[in-house]
Amino acid sequence: MRRRPLHHAPHGPPPLEIEGRNARAKCLLAKRRPRGYQARQAANRGAGRADARTALFALGAASGLLSPAFSGRGELCIRFEPLKDVMATVGHSDATSAAAPNDGLDRRDFINIAAVSFAGVGAAATLYPLINQMNPSADVLALASIEVDIAAIEPGQAIKTIFRKQPLFVRHLTPQEIAAANAVPVGELRDPQTLAERTKEGKQQWLITMGVCTHLGCVPLGASEGENRGQFGGYFCPCHGSHYDTAARVRKGPAPKNLEVPDYVFKSDTVVTVGEVA
Amino acid sequence: MSFPWAQEYQPKSGFMRWLDERLPLPRLVYGSVGGGYPVPRNLNYFWNFGVLAGIALTIQIVTGIILAMHFIPSGDHAFQSVEHIMRDVNQGWLLRYAHANGASFFFIVTYIHIFRGIYYGSYKAPRELVWMLGLVILLLMMATAFMGYVLPWGQMSFWGAKVITGLFGAIPLVGEPIQHWLLGGYAPDEATLNRFFSLHYLLPFVIAGVVILHIWALHIPGSSNPTGVEVKTPQDTLPFHPFYTAKDGFGLGIFLILLAFVVFFAPNYLGHADNYIPANPLSTPAHIVPEWYFWPFYAILRAFTVDFILPAKLWGVLAMFSAILLLFFLPWLDPSPVRSGSYRPRFRQFFWILVLDIFVLGYCGGRPPEEPFVMISQIATMYYFAHFLIILPILSRVERTLPLPNSIAESVLHGEAAEAAPADLSGARPAAAE
Amino acid sequence: MVRIFGFLVGVGFVAVAAWSLLWGAIAFLGEEHVTTVEHRFHKEPRSLALASDGPFGKYDDRQLQRGFQVYKEVCSSCHSLGYVAFRNLEDLGYEEAEVKAIADQWTTQVPSVDPKTGEAATRKAIPADKFPSPYPNEVAARAGNNNALPPDLSLITKAREGGAAYVYSLLTGYQNPPASLPAESRPGKGLHFNPYFANLNIAMPPPLTADGQVSYADGTAATRDQMAKDVAAFLTWTAEPRLENRHGAGLAVLVFLIIATVLAYMAYQNIWHGSPRRVRETGPLDPGNMAKRDAASREAGIEGN
Repeated sequence: MRRRPLHHAPHGPPPLEIEGRNARAKCLLAKRRPRGYQARQAANRGAGRADARTALFALGAASGLLSPAFSGRGELCIRFEPLKDVMATVGHSDATSAAAPNDGLDRRDFINIAAVSFAGVGAAATLYPLINQMNPSADVLALASIEVDIAAIEPGQAIKTIFRKQPLFVRHLTPQEIAAANAVPVGELRDPQTLAERTKEGKQQWLITMGVCTHLGCVPLGASEGENRGQFGGYFCPCHGSHYDTAARVRKGPAPKNLEVPDYVFKSDTVVTVGEVA
Repeated sequence: MSFPWAQEYQPKSGFMRWLDERLPLPRLVYGSVGGGYPVPRNLNYFWNFGVLAGIALTIQIVTGIILAMHFIPSGDHAFQSVEHIMRDVNQGWLLRYAHANGASFFFIVTYIHIFRGIYYGSYKAPRELVWMLGLVILLLMMATAFMGYVLPWGQMSFWGAKVITGLFGAIPLVGEPIQHWLLGGYAPDEATLNRFFSLHYLLPFVIAGVVILHIWALHIPGSSNPTGVEVKTPQDTLPFHPFYTAKDGFGLGIFLILLAFVVFFAPNYLGHADNYIPANPLSTPAHIVPEWYFWPFYAILRAFTVDFILPAKLWGVLAMFSAILLLFFLPWLDPSPVRSGSYRPRFRQFFWILVLDIFVLGYCGGRPPEEPFVMISQIATMYYFAHFLIILPILSRVERTLPLPNSIAESVLHGEAAEAAPADLSGARPAAAE
Repeated sequence: MVRIFGFLVGVGFVAVAAWSLLWGAIAFLGEEHVTTVEHRFHKEPRSLALASDGPFGKYDDRQLQRGFQVYKEVCSSCHSLGYVAFRNLEDLGYEEAEVKAIADQWTTQVPSVDPKTGEAATRKAIPADKFPSPYPNEVAARAGNNNALPPDLSLITKAREGGAAYVYSLLTGYQNPPASLPAESRPGKGLHFNPYFANLNIAMPPPLTADGQVSYADGTAATRDQMAKDVAAFLTWTAEPRLENRHGAGLAVLVFLIIATVLAYMAYQNIWHGSPRRVRETGPLDPGNMAKRDAASREAGIEGN
């Protein structure tokens, strides 16, 4: 048997070899000693250039005419030599057949790709509950809409209540307040809206707004008896001096928008459901 | 990491090269779990359990952090906040059941991992530190699990905390001050619950750190293998990726199937009904028991019923802690040069008796402290200590071991032992037959 | 050194354990074996088949509604259901308006504060509220029940060994104490004999006293047995409202995982294909080949194995 060039010393004694289907990939395709799986991967990557040659070598290996060897650089090459005198190796048994036709490569890789894809889908699906749990829980959503009983509110009075954990002002406007609101030229307003746009049809006397100043979020005064209602007779925010008028529209001060009107629906003349879209 | 034929990391793209030059993280990953880490080719499925333990830890951390977004660690609200999670939080029931049962699975996987280590001699030189770090992980796991069980503030949570913190009172002289220091009071209460929550959140990350040390220490000599014969040549090994990543992927699938079955179809089977009753300091449950993974230790604790110089309670505490602490010394208690139980028939027999013994201890730990279970646990406790402290040291001197294969490659090619005339203990090989 | 010390420690623990064993054995063999009264007379729960049993179980909404009716008319006067909200009743098939009516008409009102005077007051429940407790606190509950505390029922089927079967057996298990019951175990004042209860004598008087105690809206005959079954099913739901989600998700997850594991196994076999477990007999370790290999090693100047 011809003496074969050996590995670099640091790599240890020459690997033993196994004959037959455990052939090796071409040295051109392999960077180092290729192992079966990586050999196929390498083969796939070099597929464009190396197809014909791979096939030939594969054929040669399968027929027992070619055998593996190491080049001087320590890489594996195919050599033309009868295999039967070659000692068996274990190390390169991991190099499963480049001897199989390309079909075999694709079929085998398909399984791997399928397995990894399935796992990936599973991982993505697992992510869903982990992220969704941060969404509002059922008890919070239950309070997403509340019913307010407005029967006891006299004209000129307002109540403060809690809606989605924030203050809500429900005011029963007097006819004077309605007139004052309608008298303002809409074009002059920083946030142009008419009173009619901010109330329900036929219920213009009911002004329902959030009690949160649109500047930086303080609770404006004016909803309770005796509180300062500002220069325009509506609400006044003491934090930075925003004034709201009888329709809760901003008239002076740093607030950019009118007090927010939430979705609400009149269930009857005395009951309003706030938080429900009409 | 320490094998000269390990493949070196080659950055595949310009970006990876840029990254690798600045922070060799890809290289680190490649060299520890990628194609650059050679692993013996003959590992069996028992070697899957280390990775599974790491995955169980990850599941616990992820579900735990999320549960902590909703849990309220106050005596008045803890139980109710857990019910809030179960009923109102989106998929909260899934997270809670996954976390509670995930803890059980973490212990199952870890115990199998430990038994593997004992059987195959993975604790022997040069891996003693890997073994000891693993025991540190086990102790941290036990502390974490104990504190976690207290958090829902059910009857078992409260009374389990009472019993275990009461053990510290058994220490002479300083016992009671230590107990009050631990509790933050005279009995488990607000302070205890809050600090247990804080520590329960912290310890898993400490565990993660120790796991990194554990794996690092392992990767210096590399993994052991079922023959106990060290890796000698490149033929003995395969790169971790893709061979063992694939095998671990399959093992993970099996693990998740079992976990999913318990979480979705039997989520309360491993638990105790009494923990669905809010804690009541004025009413003791009929039988106080910890979770199943503590049962063997609980049996040892309760086995000592008679004073003997020291009070019985103190003997129980000492025995329970010693049962784990003695494992630290296992590499020196069992200095046999043959690692694997596969080649130590006598050791193997005693090993299986030990496994049976621990199962018996576990069963007795879950029963009320009545006869005959107390007597059985006393016998089982005696065997446990005798096994590690008396039998193993003597055994390693007097046993006859089977001849070892020359190398892993040899044993893989021809099956274990025999045919290819492997070396015996002294390293000599019989003359080759022609 | 380690071994010597370990040996002594081992002998120590073994000796002390043996000492305990000795005294324990003497005591055990010496005294006569007395079974407790509870042990002799206590009965395990009778079996109960519910629609929600098993991995594919689903709730029977009609049964749950009947059970809710029993809870409402019989149990709610003493037992709270504090972890369940009125809005959860929509799971049983009630409409939103019906749920609102149930909450509004619930006998016990929800504690609140009088908006004008600030004094403690009550208000009508809304669907977002949890079921209010019939008693304002534990002291009042005990005062009204002979110093016994009626437990909250939301989790009762998870909080008792035997679950729904236990509840069913308990409710139908009231009977006269057997003649052989020792005198000291006979029910005292305010207690009632029930062999399914762990202590044999329970403070709760039999709640289901007569057939037709409740007239079911769907017309089912309200025998005591039927009422007990229905309320047990209802209480299973209060303890596990997400059971159907859990089973459904579980089935999907398991099917997915089984397929994924099969694929993973195939990929694993695929990757390992050819990495030897077995090789032909004339292999590397024939002495001839071993000799050649050793010779080649020596020639290359490489150290032996």
